[in-house]
Amino acid sequence: MDYSTDTLYQAYRSMKLIREFEERIRAEYQRGKLPGFIHMYRNQEAIAVGACMHLGDEDYIASTHRGHGHCIAKGCDIEGMLLELACRADGLCKGKGGSMHIADMNKGMLGANAIVGGGPPIAAGAALTARTLGNGKVSMAFIGDGASDQGTVAESLNLAVALQLPMIFMYENNHFAEFTKSYKPDGRIAERAGAYGMPAVTVDGSDFFAVYEAVNDAVARARDGAGPSAIEAVASRYYGHFEGDAQRYRDSAELDASRLSSDPLPRFLADSRCEALDDSKIEQIDAEIQDILDAGVERALNAAEPALDQLYADVYVNYRGESA
Amino acid sequence: MSKMSIREAINTALSEEMERDERVIVMGEDVANLDNGGVFGVTAGLAAKFGDLRVIDTPITESAIVGAAGGAALTGLRPVAELMFIDFLGVCLDQLMNQIAKFRYMFGGRATTPVTIRTMIGAGTGSGPQHSAILYPMLVAIPGLKVVAPSNAYDAKGLLAQAIRDDDPVVFCEHKAIYTEECEVPDEPYTIPFGKARIVREGSDVTVVAFSRMVLLAEQAADALEKDGLSVELIDPRTLSPLDDEAILASIAKTGRLVVVDEANPYCSMASEVASLVVEQGFDYLDAPIRKVTAPHTPVPASPSLESAYVPSVAQIEAAIRGVAGY
Repeated sequence: MDYSTDTLYQAYRSMKLIREFEERIRAEYQRGKLPGFIHMYRNQEAIAVGACMHLGDEDYIASTHRGHGHCIAKGCDIEGMLLELACRADGLCKGKGGSMHIADMNKGMLGANAIVGGGPPIAAGAALTARTLGNGKVSMAFIGDGASDQGTVAESLNLAVALQLPMIFMYENNHFAEFTKSYKPDGRIAERAGAYGMPAVTVDGSDFFAVYEAVNDAVARARDGAGPSAIEAVASRYYGHFEGDAQRYRDSAELDASRLSSDPLPRFLADSRCEALDDSKIEQIDAEIQDILDAGVERALNAAEPALDQLYADVYVNYRGESA
Repeated sequence: MSKMSIREAINTALSEEMERDERVIVMGEDVANLDNGGVFGVTAGLAAKFGDLRVIDTPITESAIVGAAGGAALTGLRPVAELMFIDFLGVCLDQLMNQIAKFRYMFGGRATTPVTIRTMIGAGTGSGPQHSAILYPMLVAIPGLKVVAPSNAYDAKGLLAQAIRDDDPVVFCEHKAIYTEECEVPDEPYTIPFGKARIVREGSDVTVVAFSRMVLLAEQAADALEKDGLSVELIDPRTLSPLDDEAILASIAKTGRLVVVDEANPYCSMASEVASLVVEQGFDYLDAPIRKVTAPHTPVPASPSLESAYVPSVAQIEAAIRGVAGY
């Protein structure tokens, strides 16, 4: 494939923004400034970005508990995300979703999901909407290797094949289901998906270009009405299951080595296809990202909490017919 | 007006709403099957009329059916998904409880999920433990869901039309033992608002609140007692969530006596809920202890003789009414 410099700068910016966003919220979390649990995405950035660059605002994704990268890659507002992670009134979900349930309907982001494997049936439903309306939109479910073992994922694969839904099963195999090392060899997840009757490939999830090209084919198939596809992107989880998990269950030498070898950012910049990129432009992108995050964190941590009456708001559009 | 069964009323509402709004789709196991239209023929003829893009046979896959219906609702359709028997809730509860019911709240009011889940409830067909439960109290307990259970064809048509047009997720509970019950139903489309009980008959001695099929049994009991000079006010709440608290309390204010009839298992049932409501907010009106008539705390047995002992009977309802009337 040919890559324009615009595409390459966009890919770099998006991956770098995810990286820096996460490092910033990790620091704020450690300072006690963010409530709840956060699940870091570091070293999986090439998957979210390589996948979502093929999607527009009107295409759909269903995300996971490790979802900040998906949100950013899908174009969610950074300040809105930071406000939501801090559970403030002006957050994307008015502070009632937080990190694990963040969503943005205007960006086709149908929600992170604190139920492992919860998202794929919902993504299948979004694909069903696209099929019913015949509007050429596609839907993508992000699925971890842990989630790949859930029945909901199997049911969604089968439904997508049975109804020939315009859907992409975007697996992220980081080899750990919470604290437990995967028993599955790389490629097994794609084999399973393929066995349901759809094209399925395994790619190096640290390689932006590999992900981008695999998803390009899958999205084209879905838009053409040729049904679902699956991609297993093999990556490595840099941090623990959630922030604060010291990963004592991992061999530290092996972990250190994988942290370096599976970092998608230097690999991207060192790729021959990025030779045309200008160092000063990269520095400029990096500086812009810092400005966005500085402003966003400052605003989020000083923003108003939800008013207490918001406890009762938005359970229903209309429960007792008051405004019907 | 036409005389119509509950089954026909549901089929008519689906057909009228699909005609009215092309975003309405019907999906589930065997729903499109041209000859049958589901196990009890409720969706018969819809596929022939609206085509297989809008009336969709799915694999046997309850999590995916319910979850995909939710995802489709979230993205612009108004799906009516069929969960064949409510017992299958066990297979797909996460998609209903953690996903669909919570979308609007956890997404800060920025998501709307206009999905209807039609499901069959109840004993009386010898179908045994895993095809006969009531279970709606579990759903009533979940914020974000609305739960409906019609007892006649008129209500079935109007409540289903409301469910489909409603912007919130609705579980529509169809008692499989009363599909053939008939009454006069208007030929034109209409809706019945949620949270408004039907006063089935007015009376002055005892209030009976009954749900779903139990409304029919309570009517028989009330007929029999009328001959003995006992006047029963029978209330069919029609929607379980929201519940018409006001209608129930207004009736107790008049009669001072309450029997609640619910085919659900006794603990945390609608009977418990209504009793709790009246004790908390209508205690001063009460002239007698409340009586609950429910199924026992057991699964539904397959044996027809045990099953008829399981389901609340007209005789039990009569006895309960006499009990509170004579207190």
